[in-house]
Amino acid sequence: MPAYQIKVNGETQTVDVSEDTPILWVLRDHMDLVGTKFGCGIGQCGACTIHLDGYAVRSCSLTVSQVEGKSITTIEGLSADASHPVQKAWKEVDVPQCGYCQAGQIMTASAFLERNSNPTSEDIKNAMHGNICRCAAYTRIHKAVETAANNMG
Amino acid sequence: MSTSTKMTFSRRGFIRTSSLASGGLLIGFNLFTACSPKAKPPVDISQLDFNDFNAFIKIADNGAVTIFSPNPEIGQGVKTSMPMLIAEELDVAWDNVYVKQGILDTNNYTRQVAGGSQSIRFGWEPLRQTGATARQMLVNAAAAKWGVDPSECTTKEGVITNEKGETLGYGDVVKEAAQLEVPENVSLKDPKDFTIIKSDVKNVDIDKIITGQSLFGLDYKKEGMVYASSLRPPAFGQKLESFDDSETRKISGVVDVVKFGNKIAVLATDTWSAMKGKNALKAVWTEDTKLESTAEHDKILTDLLNGSKVETLRKDGDIKKAFAAADKIVERTYHSPFLPHNCMEPMNFFADVTEDKIHLVGPIQTPERTANDVAELLNRDVKQIHLEMTRMGGGFGRRLYGDFVLEAAEISNLAKKPVKLVFSREDDMMDGIYRPAIKYRIKAAIKDGEITGYHLKEASINSNMYGLIPNFFPAGAIENYQVDVANYQSNITTGAWRAPYTNFLAFAEQSFFDELAEAMEVDRVQMRLDLLQKVKGTTDDRIQYSPERMEEVIHVVVDKSGWGKKEAGTFQGFAAYYCHNTHVAEVADVQIENGMPVVKKVTCVVDCGIVVNPLGALNQVEGGIIDGIGHAMYGDFGFEEGKPLANNFDRYRLIRMKEIPAIETYFIQNNLSPTGLGEPALPPAGAAIANAFKAATGNRLTEQPFMKNPDLLKMPEKEIIG
Repeated sequence: MPAYQIKVNGETQTVDVSEDTPILWVLRDHMDLVGTKFGCGIGQCGACTIHLDGYAVRSCSLTVSQVEGKSITTIEGLSADASHPVQKAWKEVDVPQCGYCQAGQIMTASAFLERNSNPTSEDIKNAMHGNICRCAAYTRIHKAVETAANNMG
Repeated sequence: MSTSTKMTFSRRGFIRTSSLASGGLLIGFNLFTACSPKAKPPVDISQLDFNDFNAFIKIADNGAVTIFSPNPEIGQGVKTSMPMLIAEELDVAWDNVYVKQGILDTNNYTRQVAGGSQSIRFGWEPLRQTGATARQMLVNAAAAKWGVDPSECTTKEGVITNEKGETLGYGDVVKEAAQLEVPENVSLKDPKDFTIIKSDVKNVDIDKIITGQSLFGLDYKKEGMVYASSLRPPAFGQKLESFDDSETRKISGVVDVVKFGNKIAVLATDTWSAMKGKNALKAVWTEDTKLESTAEHDKILTDLLNGSKVETLRKDGDIKKAFAAADKIVERTYHSPFLPHNCMEPMNFFADVTEDKIHLVGPIQTPERTANDVAELLNRDVKQIHLEMTRMGGGFGRRLYGDFVLEAAEISNLAKKPVKLVFSREDDMMDGIYRPAIKYRIKAAIKDGEITGYHLKEASINSNMYGLIPNFFPAGAIENYQVDVANYQSNITTGAWRAPYTNFLAFAEQSFFDELAEAMEVDRVQMRLDLLQKVKGTTDDRIQYSPERMEEVIHVVVDKSGWGKKEAGTFQGFAAYYCHNTHVAEVADVQIENGMPVVKKVTCVVDCGIVVNPLGALNQVEGGIIDGIGHAMYGDFGFEEGKPLANNFDRYRLIRMKEIPAIETYFIQNNLSPTGLGEPALPPAGAAIANAFKAATGNRLTEQPFMKNPDLLKMPEKEIIG
């Protein structure tokens, strides 16, 4: 199997996996970074959202060979101590029910707010529309993104 | 400040204390036995030892309190709210309480049954009594130290104070307390003195969730573990004839292929290779039993509704006579599809079957039953099974069934390896245990402006409504009333889905009452209130809904939603429903956007008694309403030749952010014992929006999902004048 050098949360690591392996499974099974979740495998639910060079992407739909040389951030690397404004807002609003989709929601929200720090409610809805929450904690997700935007601005 | 509550049940034997070798006091109690209404105390209490307890409170020498709770957390918040009940009566500061998921082990812990939506209702008394017992022992120890009577001592946030104003922390007396007898009668707080219950408490796992720490079944790992992906018959009714795994075995990472029953598992060093290996299998399937389709089910259920082969679940008066004498009869049939649960965390489980023990880890709501099933399947002693439960990425009923645990155990047993079985989303959706497709037909007789007869008929796949459902509203309010059910036995697996039966029955009945009010030309809310009036003072003990509590939620929702007072352009729909011992009323506001009615707001009023954790409760209600709207609008799951027509979220639509309305929730404030909350907000939501759509478009919706008939969701074309 080929060896790939990938940079995750600031550290470069070498992994031996087949070239078509989605980065999701490299993170989860080979790097013990299980915060990034498997939901659908076809880029429809957003549970596996990570940042690739600062953009929110679906890790289930990107192979290890596609991310070489790029910088990946996962939920574990979003902040060292849960101090990212989005994480803090998530805690303040007490968003989760089951909690499974929340890492993906947080990664989508944090990449979005990086580019739009003063969003309207419509902006937030559009940005978060790709992330499914089966418990339907959408009201709080919306509120937490708003809270984070206020705290960042 | 305290009201004395006599122990009315012999649960005292279910609490046992012990001093810890490391210092401190350990209080053991059997959470599930205590919370289960059916559980019987053992005949000989002296036979109990700590192995009979499945939940513990640990009070350390420094006063720190740890509550170990084995209760399954599926997102309904009981891992937070159940320990709150203990902490309240123990009288400690919530910030000093650590909640830990107990390590589950059927060697040591027995009788583990998930409380379902009734956790808080059944845990209300015993959990508080457990906390109060511990508190009393600490007080007794402090009183002995001071040489005063325990009644002269008070407690607050883990500190005991006597009449002289001297204080001792719980940690100061915990060693002595551990030596004392367990008190027989303890006092419980008056609700007005609650400091933790009724306060907003955050999810106990919040820090782990927002930082992505290992928490869920899918996250679990063990040294030497391999990943497994199973190929199962693609259609219900098929069996495995033969298979070729030569391509699979060429895939790097694949370590083994095992066949069991009609399934084949591919084992690999990572999940991706296992899934890839599964997809490379070439299997031949043949028809074993009939391959069924939705069109066929549609006809079968309609025939059942038209037929007379039914079981009667409740019969008051004589509906035949009422219909014969009626001035007017209103009849309507309602249709619903199968629904998959679609938990965000796909089914998965870890199993390590070795010669002397079986280690199982993962998300399951019924660990005891499942452990027994695994023991039976592998012909092993259940005592060899060690089962640990993880946090669950959603349940909605799916994780009551342990099929995936049995599968993991079987694979591990065959492969002689520790195995983590992972369902792909396609596996999860196509090998489900679905909400059955159901049809209801409701018929009402109207005479002299009164509803004189009511006939509810249910035709369902595999099973019918159970328990007290036939006694829900309007039972008791209509003189001639009958509930009949029939079912068709299918090879498609079905089971409980959030608010079983009522998730669709509420839509049918609350839509029907809306239509009935129109037919009778009466106010649709007043009509419900008039019917409730007739139930007051009923002596029928099968009727558990309270007309007074229902009346109150209706009055409040009318007030808060501005019912009937909206400006032109806003259309409202009303629904009220009782289930899981909770009364709920909802009003949906719809406005027209681009020629389509859009749900803008839902006002919801809930009477669930004391709201233990308002922060968590609000989340449950908001989620329940949105879940109810989402499935009523979009949830569609059909079969052709035994095969599901959708297998992932590209073809199965779940509600998303842009489709949600604003939600305003009000809880009735009272001091009645808490009732269910994970489910009751969902059932009325579909009817509330359908009734609002009717007000807007003039179209009555009788089939879910509503998107199946998009023309009915459009505003009628304006008539061209002239």
